[in-house]
This record gives sequence, C-alpha cells and structure tokens, in this order.
Amino acid sequence: MAALSAGLGLKAEHYGDALACRAEGVWFEVHAENYLVAGGPRLAWLEAIRHAHPLSLHGVSLSLAGSEAPDASTLMQLAALVRRFEPALVSEHLAWSRQAGTYLPDLLPFPRSAEALATVCANVGRVQDALGRTIALENPSHYLTLDGHDWSEIEFLAEIARRTGCALLLDINNVYVSARNVGLSAERYIDSFPADRVVEIHLAGHRADARLGERLLVDSHDALVADAVWALFQRFVDRAGARPTLIERDAELPPFAVLLAERQLAHGRLVASAPVAA
Amino acid sequence: MAEAESLAAFQRRFAAALFADVGALAADDVAAQPGFAVYRNTVMRGALDALAANYPTVVQIVGVAWFEEAAAPFVRMHLPREGSLAGYGEGLADFLAAFEPSGDLPYLPGVARLDRAWTESHLAADAPVLAAHELAGISPQALLDAVLVPHPAARWLRFESLPAFTIWRRHREGAPTFDDLAWQGESGLVVRPAGEVAWQAIDHAAVVFLDACAQGLCVADAAERAEAADLETASTPGAWLPALVAAGAFARLEGQTR
Repeated sequence: MAALSAGLGLKAEHYGDALACRAEGVWFEVHAENYLVAGGPRLAWLEAIRHAHPLSLHGVSLSLAGSEAPDASTLMQLAALVRRFEPALVSEHLAWSRQAGTYLPDLLPFPRSAEALATVCANVGRVQDALGRTIALENPSHYLTLDGHDWSEIEFLAEIARRTGCALLLDINNVYVSARNVGLSAERYIDSFPADRVVEIHLAGHRADARLGERLLVDSHDALVADAVWALFQRFVDRAGARPTLIERDAELPPFAVLLAERQLAHGRLVASAPVAA
Repeated sequence: MAEAESLAAFQRRFAAALFADVGALAADDVAAQPGFAVYRNTVMRGALDALAANYPTVVQIVGVAWFEEAAAPFVRMHLPREGSLAGYGEGLADFLAAFEPSGDLPYLPGVARLDRAWTESHLAADAPVLAAHELAGISPQALLDAVLVPHPAARWLRFESLPAFTIWRRHREGAPTFDDLAWQGESGLVVRPAGEVAWQAIDHAAVVFLDACAQGLCVADAAERAEAADLETASTPGAWLPALVAAGAFARLEGQTR
C-alpha cells in the first residue's frame, strides 16, 4: 500500500467530491458508527470511496474506559465492517460513554487508576480480538481536574500499548485544548508522547467557550486548525517524522475545497519532514 | 483515608450529574467545575442533533427552537441504546402525540412517523426488488397461493383522518404549503427501489394488504382482507397491486408451488 499522507474526515455532504479527489497520498476517515447500519446508500457510498481511496474507521462509542464491557453485538457489526472495507487504520478513544446500557454521546473522562488501567486493557483486548487486528487509542480532550489519577496520561497510554499491543493516535488539538484547560505544558506532552507507537495524528479546530471565553477551550471541530496546533504538529513531526495526519471537521462544514486546502498544508509539512532513523 | 471510588461508581455519579438540575451540581467536586458544562452541552447537543437529522420534516414545520424544547425531555427519557445514532429516535412520534404543545398541530405525530419511516427505509438491509416482469409468467392461481414478501426498505402508513402524508411529502418535495389540503385520511408508501428513498400515496386497502403480506398471508388471503377492510371505496387489488409492485414494495414471491 502506498504511504498515507494527510487525510480528511468524510461527511455525507462531500461524498461526490471525495470520490473524485486525486490529491497525492489522500485518505478518508469516517466515524464507524455512522456505517453500523444494515444496508442502503451510506454503505454504497463508502464502498465506492473505499474503491478509490484508503479508509480509516474511527470509533466514537466503544466506551473503552467504561466499567461495562463493549456490547458484543456492536463488536460483531464492527468486525463485519472491518472485514468488508479493510480499513488502513482503526481507532478509538481513551474515554467512556456507556452507562447502564445507554449511550451518552460524548467522550467522557475518568480517574486513571489501576482499576481503570485494567478495565481499558481488557476492553481494548476484547475489541482487538473481535476485529482480528490492532487498533489505535486516542488521547482525549480534558475540561476537568479529577482526583484519583495514579498515572499521567502519557504513562497510562504507554502502559496500555505495552500490555495490549495497541497503537496510539495523537490528537494534537486535544493536547493543546487540554493543556490550556487543566494547566499543563502542551510542548512537554508532545515531546514525551511515545512516538514509536503513533500510527496517526489528528488535527482539528477548537473554540473558546461561549460563557468562559479563553479560560475554557472546547474541542469543537468546527473551525480551521489553530496556529498553535500547527506549531505543535511541526514540533512532533520534527522529532518523530511523518505520520498519517487527519484534518478533522465535524461541524460548520465548509466547501470541500476549503478542507482540501487545509489538508494540503498538512501534506506539505509531512512531505518536507526529514526521515527519522528508526 | 477514604476508600477510592470505583470506576463504576464514578461513572454512575458522572452520568447522573449530566442530566441533574444545575442547582444540584454545586455539592459535587467534579460536576461543580465550570468545564462540566461542556459535557452536559455535548451530550444533549449530540442527541438533539441526531434527532433533528432523523426528523427533518418535523423540524421544518415547527422550527429548531420548538423542536429542541420538545425533544429535550424525550432525550432524557430515552437515551440512545446504541452507539450509532443513525437510527436514534424511535418513538418520537408517540412522544409528540402526548406532548401538550403539539395539540395545535394534530398532524405532527403523523409527519414524525413518516420521517421515521424514511430513516428506517434509508438504513434497511439491501435486497433485490421484485420486478413486474417476474410475475408475468406465473399463472393467476399460483400467484394467489404465493406470498409477496415486502421489501426490507418498504414502510407503509395509514392516517385515519388527517392528510399527514400530503403535508409530509410537500415539505420533503420543496413545496411546504398547507393550502388546498383535503382534510381527510390518507395512506403513504415509503420505498427504496434504486438506492434512494422514494414515496407515493397509496390506497388504504393497500396498507391492509401490505400488513397481511408482512404477516406471511398468501396473496389471495391478503387481498380478501384488504377488500373486507375497505368497503367504502370498494377498490380491488387490480386497482393498486400493480402500482405497489412497480414502486418496489416487494422483494420476492415465495411459495408459488403450482
């Protein structure tokens, strides 16, 4: 397979544009949940796009940090999707969303305790066993200061990767937003993230909270990637080399050409990055 | 030192605070933080956006603000049961029927049922559509004894006394007017014959016929039930069955033994 360069999050509004896109190294990422359906035009479109481009399946609801194990029938559906579309990348979040059999449509935080570590490792193992492949785990955005952390997030992710063999997805906008919200150094986070495990990078826009302003940044995916996030991206690529990099946009969707231009910026930086010795 | 809270206990407490009254959050060290509002907003926003996407005609009629005020209590009572929100919102029509402010819009639950039918049709399993020419070589008796199996993406609805289907289709087709409506009952069919969802008005008798087909009754018995149910207009299957087949309402003919 040709190397993946910069990719784009794919929305139904852009199916036709994505299908026709000929940008070098482009690939497309979809939320897996939107395709966990029995049939119909969504799957037909995804099949056509998969025929033309590499694909990434990004899960948002497996609730890997949930005390309830992922739903077995959902895992079977997801496994069928993976078999059918043979995605280059499959990823999920270090978060939870399932509670008492219901889904809270968000990526929720938790104390990184020894119990949570065992829970996440067991759930990642279940998913990887069901899919017959490794997945990449993404660092989430933070808006709260929680008690009960036994591990730093980086140590926690590295330990999960070590125990389960999973890869990591570094979301640089999440790093920036979290660092600002809970008072950490984004640079130090980027510099100490286990680069050898990173198979994908996410870049997205954020927004200052409507009520609290710049004191609280929201990972809104509804704007251009911020300059500070581009700088952190460059910092990581300078250290670790190129990785498949996604421009994520989930709201205030602009024309495809605008997204493609932003994607070209990431592509340019990846192409210009110096090879890094393994 | 207090015993550490279990992961399950933390998550129960967190989930409860997502929907608690704002005034009840001050005593909780997690939920009292300003950033907790981001999670409260995102969870409700995610569910409301999924509902609005699945009930676009209802939103078109009542507006976003009215819709979200009506849908928020639905979300609290019926949180998603699946991680995929593509099919979220089953039961919203019944909820709207019992929702007091929709009293002035008696057709709204019917419109919601049609939006739901569209979503179900859109997401349903793929299957070939029974074509009229496939019936051409079958003897009349064999056809009467066989079972017409409805297509997995076909949905049919009857509205006893309101033109909900016409209201819905006018909004879907870009002519959202309430002028010149015949305020009487009607029935509609939603299908997905060639990749995209389509719809058309059908006879009340055709709805009874399709219900009977879905129960596995043979064509003869289904037709008898349809004729018995629709004595007023006394339409016969010959008047509407070819149109159902042409619309793509059926997947196949089963059990034609003779």
